[in-house]
Amino acid sequence: MSGDATNGAAGHAQALSVAFRKATKVYPGADHPAVNELDVEVQTGEICVFVGPSGCGKTTAMRMVNRMVEITEGDILVGERSVRERSPSELRRDIGYVIQQTGLFPHRTIADNIATVPRLLRWDRARTEARVRTLMALVSLDADLAERYPAQLSGGQQQRVGVARALAADPGVMLMDEPFGAVDPINRERLQNEFLRLQAEVRKTILFVTHDIDEAIKMGDRVAILREGGILAQYATPAELLMAPADDFVEDFVGADRALKRLALLRVADIDLWEAPLAFVGQATAEVRAKLDGAEVPHALLVDSERRPLGWLSESDLQSEMVPTRPDISPDPVLDRDDVMRDALSDLLQAETMYAPVVDAQRRIDGILSVEIISEFLGSTEALAEEHPAAERPTAS
Amino acid sequence: MIPLAAEGVLLADAANKCAPGLPADFCQKHEVTGCVGGNGLFCFDWAADNFDRYVGPFFRHLEIVAISVVAGFVIAVALALLSHRHRALAPPILGGTGVLYTIPSVAFFFLLLPITGFGLATAVIPLSAYTLQIIYRNTLVGLANVPPDAKDAGRGMGMSERQLLWRVELPLATPEIIAGLRIATVSTVAIASLAFLAGAGGLGQPLIEQVSFNTNIILVGVLTMAMALVLDLLLVLAQRFVTPWRRVRAG
Repeated sequence: MSGDATNGAAGHAQALSVAFRKATKVYPGADHPAVNELDVEVQTGEICVFVGPSGCGKTTAMRMVNRMVEITEGDILVGERSVRERSPSELRRDIGYVIQQTGLFPHRTIADNIATVPRLLRWDRARTEARVRTLMALVSLDADLAERYPAQLSGGQQQRVGVARALAADPGVMLMDEPFGAVDPINRERLQNEFLRLQAEVRKTILFVTHDIDEAIKMGDRVAILREGGILAQYATPAELLMAPADDFVEDFVGADRALKRLALLRVADIDLWEAPLAFVGQATAEVRAKLDGAEVPHALLVDSERRPLGWLSESDLQSEMVPTRPDISPDPVLDRDDVMRDALSDLLQAETMYAPVVDAQRRIDGILSVEIISEFLGSTEALAEEHPAAERPTAS
Repeated sequence: MIPLAAEGVLLADAANKCAPGLPADFCQKHEVTGCVGGNGLFCFDWAADNFDRYVGPFFRHLEIVAISVVAGFVIAVALALLSHRHRALAPPILGGTGVLYTIPSVAFFFLLLPITGFGLATAVIPLSAYTLQIIYRNTLVGLANVPPDAKDAGRGMGMSERQLLWRVELPLATPEIIAGLRIATVSTVAIASLAFLAGAGGLGQPLIEQVSFNTNIILVGVLTMAMALVLDLLLVLAQRFVTPWRRVRAG
């Protein structure tokens, strides 16, 4: 994935890395630092989420990157260059900025809002207009909205304008402060998924602040959990956070349902499935019974000539000489390789069954998923390694 | 008013058909009709014949108002921008403009007469001083009401403080600034009726010359009100023109 990330998609400027080097912020008159010797490396093209309880300094840490908050000690490098040696205005024009209430200019049209940074950079009119059109299409905004004012748009549309405006000058880094915080839960889910699709295309380096651990796990390639006083508690991939929390604070923060959260990040195909003893219509049951000896799954699955599951053979099915065309037990639930693991587990539990056949895109049998495999997987080190970039993760709902 | 007019007729009869309070030679100069002689409520014929006597004072009045409001606006907005940058300046400026506002206009004119003499300046200085308070305060309120998110976003995208002021803060403060300008304009039109005391003329001049002639009083009153209303309307239209985003409905 890193190869894709550094190149960026066609037409998008190369993303820049961001490195916090013992970055510290002490507000005048404060006893304790708001951000304390923060060391975080954000790889190019990755989404790094800062998450933590209120007062943990996550927003302060983010705002130090574009010098909306001045660094007291330490440094932050954007694309290997210290932000301290650059003029704030020039630095900020190179860094996309999205804030919670969108911060759209109410007195400017959508097109003018998006054109803010290109105009500050004195792009010529034709280039700016073309860029605005491209961006509106990129964030799925109807071109008819260009001459409207922000108040005429829905919350979700305003949020898209905010993202388009931040992307306008094709910055190498984007800062996003609770960008979906003011949107209702249903639209938030949709905007998150949309944003991940967009990120798969533009591959920016993104610093994303949220107080919502579920959002952090969903959006982050890496997640930095901060505790009060701006101290980094753990910086890891979502899988590591969920499977191996560094301490009680992180464990507490990711929640008691962290195993389930882990499953939400995986697809069925990510796990090694069990092999089913297969039975074919018209086959001798003796042959099938022989297969059952010592098999991982103690039941035989009847498949058609294309290896598509028809059902499970019962004991009485196996009493007859030949395998019947209609087995006693339905194969349901039949799972898809692309199903989200959490949904697959839910299907198993709901059907009160131990085993479910997993099929590929042609509905052919691929293996058997069992509750046991899932629980073993969650206890193994394999669960730590299996990781998708945020933009390629299943978008479970 | 009708009993008054009736009384006027009686008095006019008693005093050689000339209304009380008119200059002694007024009834000789003008043909004394029943209406004028009787000091009727409003004598249309006389008003039509003598309307040109009011044109000069009307435009003089407009000139006094325009100069006073424009000067006051420029000074007040400049002071507001200064105290927007340096917060500590706001209380003393607010206090200072407040003190100016409490000086009675007549006293203000007479105080200035020895310094600036009879004329336009003596009228315009107090009148523009009176506009400072309302325009200054409204501009400050307007700037303070700019959504913090819009300012944060502007800075975060790399606007300098000057760019933020001209591209974000002032446009968003415009409705409040114009609201202050409207109040200042209308009240200046009214107070400018006293500008004749400073020797600056205006619609107060014909008013004081025939202070008990009903037609004169009403004509001056109507002209003054019309000026205030038209200027106010022009400002409302200007506001609609410069703040198109306020007309849209949420979608």
